[in-house]
Amino acid sequence: MFPRASKTASLLAAAVLVLAACTPADPAGGDKTIKVAYQKTDSFTALDTMLQEAKKEFEAANQGVTVELQPIQANDDDYGTKLALALRSPSTAPDVFYEDTFKVRSDVDAGYLLNLDSRLASWGDWATFDNAAKEAGKADDGGTYAVPLGTDTRAIWYNKKVFEAAGVGLPWHPSSWQDILDTARKIKAANPDVIPFNMYAGKGTGEGTVMQGFYELLYGTGASLYDQDSKKWVVGSAGFKDSLTFLDTLYEEHLAVPPAEALDPNVWKKVFGEWFPKAKLGATVEGSYAPSFWQDGGSYAWPGYAQEMGVAPFPTQNGAAPGKVSMSGGWTLAVGAETKQPDLAFNFLTTALNAKNSLAFTVASSQIAVRADVAADPGYQSANPFVKDVSGLVSVTRFRPATSDYPRISAAVQEATEAVITGNRTPEQAAADYDTAVAGIVGGDKTIRK
Amino acid sequence: MAAHHSDRQVLRYLPVLPAVVLLAVFLAGPVVWAFHASLTNAGLTGRHARNPEWVGLENYQRLLQDPAFPLSVVLTVLFVAGSAIAGQNVLGMALAVLMRRARPAVSATVGTAVVAAWVLPEIVAAFAAYAFFSRDGTFNQLLGAFGLAETDWLYAVPMVAVILANTWRGTAFSMLVYRAALNGVPAELTEAAQMDGAGAWQRLVFITLPVIRGSIATNLMLVTLQTLAVFTLIWVMTAGGPANGSTTLPVLAYQEAFKFGDIGYGTAVAVVLILIGAVFGLAYLRLLREQKP
Repeated sequence: MFPRASKTASLLAAAVLVLAACTPADPAGGDKTIKVAYQKTDSFTALDTMLQEAKKEFEAANQGVTVELQPIQANDDDYGTKLALALRSPSTAPDVFYEDTFKVRSDVDAGYLLNLDSRLASWGDWATFDNAAKEAGKADDGGTYAVPLGTDTRAIWYNKKVFEAAGVGLPWHPSSWQDILDTARKIKAANPDVIPFNMYAGKGTGEGTVMQGFYELLYGTGASLYDQDSKKWVVGSAGFKDSLTFLDTLYEEHLAVPPAEALDPNVWKKVFGEWFPKAKLGATVEGSYAPSFWQDGGSYAWPGYAQEMGVAPFPTQNGAAPGKVSMSGGWTLAVGAETKQPDLAFNFLTTALNAKNSLAFTVASSQIAVRADVAADPGYQSANPFVKDVSGLVSVTRFRPATSDYPRISAAVQEATEAVITGNRTPEQAAADYDTAVAGIVGGDKTIRK
Repeated sequence: MAAHHSDRQVLRYLPVLPAVVLLAVFLAGPVVWAFHASLTNAGLTGRHARNPEWVGLENYQRLLQDPAFPLSVVLTVLFVAGSAIAGQNVLGMALAVLMRRARPAVSATVGTAVVAAWVLPEIVAAFAAYAFFSRDGTFNQLLGAFGLAETDWLYAVPMVAVILANTWRGTAFSMLVYRAALNGVPAELTEAAQMDGAGAWQRLVFITLPVIRGSIATNLMLVTLQTLAVFTLIWVMTAGGPANGSTTLPVLAYQEAFKFGDIGYGTAVAVVLILIGAVFGLAYLRLLREQKP
């Protein structure tokens, strides 16, 4: 008897151990908790500030409801990964979360986002949102799944001191790629110690390489990455090769940073924190949010930026109409598909995005407003001297083709730029490699020669 | 009697049952899950996140055609051979042997310095190594002070940089294992050999090493398996770049599974990593077994 008893006992002990290890702790506060997941970094605290404010407001208006803020400290890529992992399981999925516009479609496909159509219909403020911005929250089925927080554009930011020292006339308005090269060469001749015109390239800067660099070039040639009509990826375009050739020229003539530095994922911090403030960099392509780093309270506060910096639209290759190119991204708030309190979660979203909170966030993070009342607010218009210039680019801006294949395609573009600036491949070879890579990713029948 | 005997046999294994169950759930479970996921097209996002489909060996076929894969296998083997087998293992042994002869003060100082790198959490060690090898880092400043040319270590020779960093970080473990093992070598044996006229080198090769062979095999197995799995160090220092020049299998698996959201394909890479670990493990187990007369 005894041996059997002890056998049972240890089996039980084992089972208890395993069960104890598997059972998650009871969430505190019962079911009246709204979990909010978002990104917070040293240089990006504006959203945290806004959500703290919204939490106070919402908890005061809804007795017994707790808003649990879950900031995720990570860069954009890692934030996306962490969020996707949390969304995979209903027990970890947040009720409300900060979602990149270019992930909306694939996350809707994955069933992570709640359809907001009926709720938005009864939200008065929704009418004040810009129509183009609303598109970013739509999925392939035409439904809206996310509410935009703001948007952005990209332009050339240049240091007036560096330009003046080289004798370049201000304000600078390059009308073609050739203009950029001519100016950069002039700066180089005047002072070999400054970096005349940098453009991100390579895999180190990730999405920054394509958003603030390659796509401005590509879309300025008349070519594109993705053919909307046939829903196929473009390969073999002359524009792709020309864009790589332009980067090759910049890096080969040392008009940009050395390739080793370009591939450092932290190079953008030097751009904002060191090279521009110290007048070591002539110009670069960066987002409309650039002033958020320099303004008071920003991570690279620089009181002189308003006087020393200038902004110019990125020109098309040969100046063809409309003469300028820009790219837009932006972020949204979304509600989790598995949330137990969809109404509370949506109400929190509307509190977070009401006129007051939107205005504070838009100004603090140098976003381009998506609400008409925020755009009209004098506080927004005078937030920094560049608001008007960068907002004007909305008329020519483009969005990424955010299909679920896009992250791999983007990586293939980044690889092509890296191969060119390091001198491993000629622009023709790198473009051919890209064509092969795209066919491998989406299948040959989903590509189109243009 | 026979029944009673087999009852006793079962009883003997009872105390380890909880451990076996825990291992099965937390160790074998993920391995089985990874193997299963590698046969599907499970994704991090997109429609395959909701409804993964069974795709058989498709991920493995893709792997064989992926130009990044053979490079990644070569780099992984290079990393293990360079930083675990040659670096940590040999250097650890050399330190352990030398420390027995050094003055206690020297031995203690060296020991502390070596163990310090090991005590650091991996992420801290990784940032320290990044700061050391980066363009404006300590290493280049030291070279500059001696009038030597500066190099972009992480860009020009990324594998050398990560191998050196991993050697620096892990040598303490081998050193500690070998110090303990050397203490177990009977003094009479070495003395007898010395009486017979064996030099220091001969005593090491013919007496000490054969005696501690078991420790060598165990140590090799542990550092190899640990080095195979190194991710943070490489990710922080080079992120697998430039041009995949330091993308070992763990980095490749991470990129595929999380950056591109292709969990099925990423786990296929991870399964290959498990297989490579198993091959190394079996080889060392043989080494362990053969030593017995």
